[in-house]
Amino acid sequence: MPGIRDRVAVVGMGCTRFGELFDKSDQDLMVESCYAASEDAKLDLKEIKAAWLGIQGAETGFSGCKLARALKTDYIPVTRVENYCATGIEAFRNAAYAVAAGIYDIALACGAEKLKDTGAAGVTQMGGEGQFGSWVWAPVIAPARFALTATRYFHTYGLTPQEGKRMLAMIAVKNHHNGSLNPRAHFQRDITIEQAVNAPMIAWPLGLFDCCGVSDGSAAAIITTPEIAKRIRDDYLLVKGFGVCADGGTFGVIPSDYDYVHIEAIVRSGKMAYEEAGIKNPRKEIDVAEVHDCFTITEAVICEDLGFTERGKYKQDIEAGTFNIEGELAVNSDGGLKCFGHPVGATGLRMVFESWLQLRGQAGARQIKNARIGVSQNYGGLPGGGISGMVIVGARD
Amino acid sequence: MVGITSYGAYVPLWRLSREAIMKGLRGEKAIRNFDEDSTTMAVAAAIDCLKGQKREAIDAVFFASTTAPYKEKQIATTIAAACDLRRDITTADFTNSLRSATSAIKAALDAIKAGSAKEVLVVAADCRMGAPGTEFEQIYGDGAAALLLGEKDCIASIDAWHSISNEAHDYWRLDGDTFVRSWEDRFIFNAVYYDIVAQNVAALLKKVNLTPKDFAKAIIPVPSPRALADIPKKLGIDPKAQLQNPLLDTMGITGAAYAFMLLVAALEEAKAGDRLLLNNYGNGSDSLVITVTDKISKKVEGRRGMKTHLASKKIVDDYRTYLQWRGLLTFEATPTPPGGHISAAALYRDRSQIYPLHGQKCKVCSDIHFPPQRVCPKCTAKDQSEEWRLSDRKGTLFTFAADYLCQRREAPRVTAIIDFEGGGRMATMMTDRVLEEIKIGMPVEMSFRKLATQDGFHNYFWKSIPLRG
Repeated sequence: MPGIRDRVAVVGMGCTRFGELFDKSDQDLMVESCYAASEDAKLDLKEIKAAWLGIQGAETGFSGCKLARALKTDYIPVTRVENYCATGIEAFRNAAYAVAAGIYDIALACGAEKLKDTGAAGVTQMGGEGQFGSWVWAPVIAPARFALTATRYFHTYGLTPQEGKRMLAMIAVKNHHNGSLNPRAHFQRDITIEQAVNAPMIAWPLGLFDCCGVSDGSAAAIITTPEIAKRIRDDYLLVKGFGVCADGGTFGVIPSDYDYVHIEAIVRSGKMAYEEAGIKNPRKEIDVAEVHDCFTITEAVICEDLGFTERGKYKQDIEAGTFNIEGELAVNSDGGLKCFGHPVGATGLRMVFESWLQLRGQAGARQIKNARIGVSQNYGGLPGGGISGMVIVGARD
Repeated sequence: MVGITSYGAYVPLWRLSREAIMKGLRGEKAIRNFDEDSTTMAVAAAIDCLKGQKREAIDAVFFASTTAPYKEKQIATTIAAACDLRRDITTADFTNSLRSATSAIKAALDAIKAGSAKEVLVVAADCRMGAPGTEFEQIYGDGAAALLLGEKDCIASIDAWHSISNEAHDYWRLDGDTFVRSWEDRFIFNAVYYDIVAQNVAALLKKVNLTPKDFAKAIIPVPSPRALADIPKKLGIDPKAQLQNPLLDTMGITGAAYAFMLLVAALEEAKAGDRLLLNNYGNGSDSLVITVTDKISKKVEGRRGMKTHLASKKIVDDYRTYLQWRGLLTFEATPTPPGGHISAAALYRDRSQIYPLHGQKCKVCSDIHFPPQRVCPKCTAKDQSEEWRLSDRKGTLFTFAADYLCQRREAPRVTAIIDFEGGGRMATMMTDRVLEEIKIGMPVEMSFRKLATQDGFHNYFWKSIPLRG
């Protein structure tokens, strides 16, 4: 099979400001991101032949009608997709595949989520396998799920809780610094290691600054064939590879020998995407990586899972500045989930938007020199039982 | 011979220092954690009692309590399910009286004598509440005990019995009452209690031609500490040598479970040949003659019973915590809404994993896992597993997290990933723990608890606890 590499192009993207957008509805946000993408591509939204909407939670809505209502699309197919935190990338992947299959010449992928209408300080918990059940699973909030990984990571690599928390604090400090340079981020200020280490506890050992924010937002991309893209603009991006893996395990207990310091679905999605994109040495070949820092520990584990560093060596690399904007491989140069929060359906496309800016030299104060290859990766669910979604895009040759 | 073939007990880990209620008060009382009730304490006592017993031999389960958590729904079935007993058994709840546990024994003995059951498990548990500020609040403790009754290899025979039924309002609760009501205690003791108990014991002794001096111990679960001063005299027993320690300073009066708990405490100290007098009181009186046999030393080894449970404790010295655990002091709702709703259909479908905590063992590759899966996670064989009970297996802690955003009475909620001895892993909530003492690799065991009361259900499941005792 030929795979996706170089078969579809991104010709325009839009991304709203993320934050506590109490004055905007989910449909307002969709209008903003999709019109921005359309203006960016100089393409009327009427040219769109099919659309995919990524929304994760019932808070925002079901079915593709939400997007059709917002944009008043003309009876084109609109499909809602959901795949935990990889929902945004899933919308992008479906639109890309439809174009690659030759069914539609121009497709739209939009992700949106409105978390701040729920009145909850965090993301609503799920009981277990769904909304109704025998409810035997511990109703474990997301921070506690990934705290299980942090506890075990410290133990496995011989870090005292203080050393471990300091390593995690460095991730928060880095991403907050990047966010301070980004006008679209929810949080745009620097923090210190001491602030992060001494922050109120959310789920031991994760404190407030180890957790991403809860925000509203939307992002959208217009996808077409390379042939059409050439007629629209010179600096379009090409899709290089996808990796989406669903874990058949459950909550780190199945399989019962899960180590809790790596996430197999992420490793596999990385391999899948690297193979399709022809990437042999991720640390050298990737210029900008947006990875799923829902919690600081998650970023550390993902960087090891995706081969940005060796197992247990994340601490060494974050201390050396490897993952800073000016470092060897910039990770979460836009501020990450840490500063954008995690409006679930929007996040994946928000990440691709950073590649869109960086690979075209439009990232301003955050600009990475000669950025050619960008990775966006999400992980949803819990350690040892979730979905990893990844997309690699590249600047045109 | 008909009698007791095994015993077990359960005293919650937590003790409220009475100083926390009021300065100058003496001792402590056993208090259930927020996730315990009469059902969960009964299961713990039953499992203690069933150590080394053949669970499949049990023909009936009787539950005795005045604090059954359901008004309409049997608790004996929950106990039988959690203990992984056969389904073709008799189950019944004996409720509404402090005397219900001995009434259940009587029914069990009658069934055994009549041949309708060979082994009957009788479990008593209670957690009565006295209103804040009352003496009842100071003296009422929580706990449970279980007796296995049968004909073979009795550790103690039950030789004689006498009962009196008596209609009086001494202690009671109306349908919707949270706290125990009573009439003035001079009426209770001088007009009712001493009279009924003395009459009943006298009738029993006459029946078997014994005198009070013939008993090694008299077990008198008094309804109030005030009765202790006078009851030995009224019955002609020596308060120092013969009266079973009522455990008022270490446990408190544990309602319908009190008689069993004191009996277990007495059996733990008893020698072969000892004769015990048990008088239980509540809407009348039950009096029993019990004789300890030579099986007592061997047959009940390894039980925690009363002694180990009483010695294994943690002190709550904060009255507010006590009120919160009882739901008497509530804070504003948790900042994150709970997820999901309980489905009776799903509870029923999953009952073998919920109540006896059955995981699976794959017949092809021997992988042990929880929860049950149709496709083996290790070798992907489909529908090739057998059920594998995990509730009585110890384990070790693999990793943990502590959630500070949960309801305040529980904060921080500890999620613990545990590995069972012999294989299998489970994601659990860890209860009865002190956060600072939690370490990767620590030994843990399972405890049946109430996860939540939600959607009109008491939702029971197993949690992990640090290995007790």
